Amino acid sequence: MRHLLSASDLSYTEALSILDTAAQMARVSDGPIKKLPTLRGRTIVNLFFEDSTRTRISFEAAAKRLSADVINFSAKGSSVSKGESLKDTAQTLQAMGADAVIIRHSASGAPQRLADSEWTSGVVINAGDGTHEHPTQALLDAFTIRKHLKVGVGDLSGLTIAIVGDILHSRVARSNVILLSLLGAQVILVAPPTLLPLGVENWSAQISYDLDAVLPHVDAVMMLRVQQERMNDFFFPTAREYSHYFGLNSDRLALLKKSAIIMHPGPMNRGLEITAACADSARSVIVEQVANGVSVQMAVLYLLLAGAPNENVESGEVLS
Amino acid sequence: MTKYLLEGATLPDGAKCQILISGGVIVAMEESILHPDVSSARRIDLGGAIALPGLVDLHTHLREPGREDSETVASGSRSAAVGGFTAVSAMANTFPVADTAGVVEQVFRLGQAAGLCDVFPIGAVTQGLAGKALAELGAMADSEARVRIFSDDGNCVFDPMVMRRALEYVKKFDGVIAQHAQDPSLTVDAQMNEGSVSSKWPSVAEEAIIARDVLLADHVGSRVHICHLTTAGGVDIVRWAKARGIQVTAEVTPHHLLLTDECANSFDPIYKVNPPLRAESDVMALREGLADGTIDIVATDHAPHPAESKECEWSAAAFGMIGLETALSIVQLAMVDTGLLSWSQVADRMSHAPARIGRYADHGQPIAIGSTANLTFVNPSLAWRVDRDLVLSRSKNTPFHGMELPGKVIATFFRGEPTVLDSILVRGPRAI
Repeated sequence: MRHLLSASDLSYTEALSILDTAAQMARVSDGPIKKLPTLRGRTIVNLFFEDSTRTRISFEAAAKRLSADVINFSAKGSSVSKGESLKDTAQTLQAMGADAVIIRHSASGAPQRLADSEWTSGVVINAGDGTHEHPTQALLDAFTIRKHLKVGVGDLSGLTIAIVGDILHSRVARSNVILLSLLGAQVILVAPPTLLPLGVENWSAQISYDLDAVLPHVDAVMMLRVQQERMNDFFFPTAREYSHYFGLNSDRLALLKKSAIIMHPGPMNRGLEITAACADSARSVIVEQVANGVSVQMAVLYLLLAGAPNENVESGEVLS
Repeated sequence: MTKYLLEGATLPDGAKCQILISGGVIVAMEESILHPDVSSARRIDLGGAIALPGLVDLHTHLREPGREDSETVASGSRSAAVGGFTAVSAMANTFPVADTAGVVEQVFRLGQAAGLCDVFPIGAVTQGLAGKALAELGAMADSEARVRIFSDDGNCVFDPMVMRRALEYVKKFDGVIAQHAQDPSLTVDAQMNEGSVSSKWPSVAEEAIIARDVLLADHVGSRVHICHLTTAGGVDIVRWAKARGIQVTAEVTPHHLLLTDECANSFDPIYKVNPPLRAESDVMALREGLADGTIDIVATDHAPHPAESKECEWSAAAFGMIGLETALSIVQLAMVDTGLLSWSQVADRMSHAPARIGRYADHGQPIAIGSTANLTFVNPSLAWRVDRDLVLSRSKNTPFHGMELPGKVIATFFRGEPTVLDSILVRGPRAI
């Protein structure tokens, strides 16, 4: 594995190895000195063409805890807003010696385009592309589920996980279906038919339109954000009706198994897909997901970069 | 005009013969011609190549005026000639739009000046391709360019009343409306075939318009032509309409006969095209439709774009791929080598039928004494590798780069003069 573009890039063994490495990284983060020297001298670029808070910040934290140099690049106020192409941006970063590029882009496939091109020789990590994939989110979700329901070891076999909401536009759902099923979990997608993609029956997941029928059987329920613009596009009649059928509230909380956990990739629309009472309940692991994100991203950076040749150091030696 | 004695040609039905061309016309065809002009004719050995009537393309983006950075009428004519074409039809979506007699005459004259094939302009259906008000269809028809095909290609003529009026109006001069069938509200921001990743370009957006337009054509008794059909459902609708006697014709592109939406999984925008690449089952239905005549013709939808329009992320890239130089090879690969079409049928789908639809009288004639000498010679057993750096188009956006394709165009004759010999462009009778 040279890049991380899709959850489908991962084999079963590689996925488990990332989760196990992330567990070690979590112990570092919990310790008194939250820093490892592993990636000292490496340059990691956060290339964010789309707004993001948690993913960008957590990748930055992850890279810094591994002692890498981090360059943050956001499209706003940069030459991209002046019309610079992805190719020129990538070549600029290449010229600056980026060892890894963490890219978030509104265009599906942009990370793959970067990885397949000769515009940059660095490692490419997909931090969310369009409606396509968000593999590190799936990894942190798997890590969180394993920690709570599998005492932090092994795979996810025997578990049933519901993903609820806008599956159609969700890169988080796509990556999670691939990864969670790879790790042996049973995935159930719950959404109105308008928010399920055509051909979803070929995914390795079950489909349901009935949240109440599904909830008693699941070990984890992952609520997805409903984007404001979907409401104007006839995907469902009104926000109220959406909440009525697909929102997680106190009544539905009571349907869950005692051990079941509540997840959300954020940012939440409190009151729409999830009520405040559910988001803040004892079963909610939503805040912890963010912390786990840092550990998982440290593991990904470590596994992709620590083994790879350090081109900058090598060229430096040639010059001296 | 030079006389030519073409030796070693094989007719589409397999018969071998010599062809004598004089004054731009075929004057003799026999196994061994005895004719007073033979002695003074230049002899050209075709080495057994198959003779086809000069290929006719009804769907070509030549980009001039306005986007000469991607193609010009002259560069597109060169590309057409080496691809075996003697007539191409320049689409109207230029800058300015070809919606007046002035623009279509300009394009027509540029084609005459290039002198490598006939360039027949297609006129816009509506002013500025905006879909609101009819362009001056009569003025374009009566112009020097004698426009008979009208299309807003790139845009669908979506308003059913505008479409009805256009269909009716062109009856005055035996014209045809070539529809880009794409329901715009079902394909907002559409990027790829629905069914693969990040997708919302459903087949129904194409089929609903085809169904509506064959019914409209039936209602007003006009001719409608469906551009670049891509779906199995669309083939069924056209088949049904033809059975009812509706005057509908349809085209398929070479790329839709070969490539599937699996290509889009690479996110390489070289595969980004409008309409999108579809599923394998659609490709098979298109081949079947072309074989049984439901789909009348192959048209290239040759769509040149500069490198920067494809060297980017998928959603930012332009739609389209070039196709003039690979069209015949792709048709051989997808249709002839699979046993679906004979060479006589290739002659029909790529020359006779498109010339008939466009009313191009000098093209698509049978290879016979008295016919205008528009001829293409292809060696079907000569394989070649596509190299985007060697194309004569000004743009390099071919999805077939690096592929080995069967069948090489050996020679092209345009109005009795060679434009291509030994697969190499020779200077046309008039300066380029």
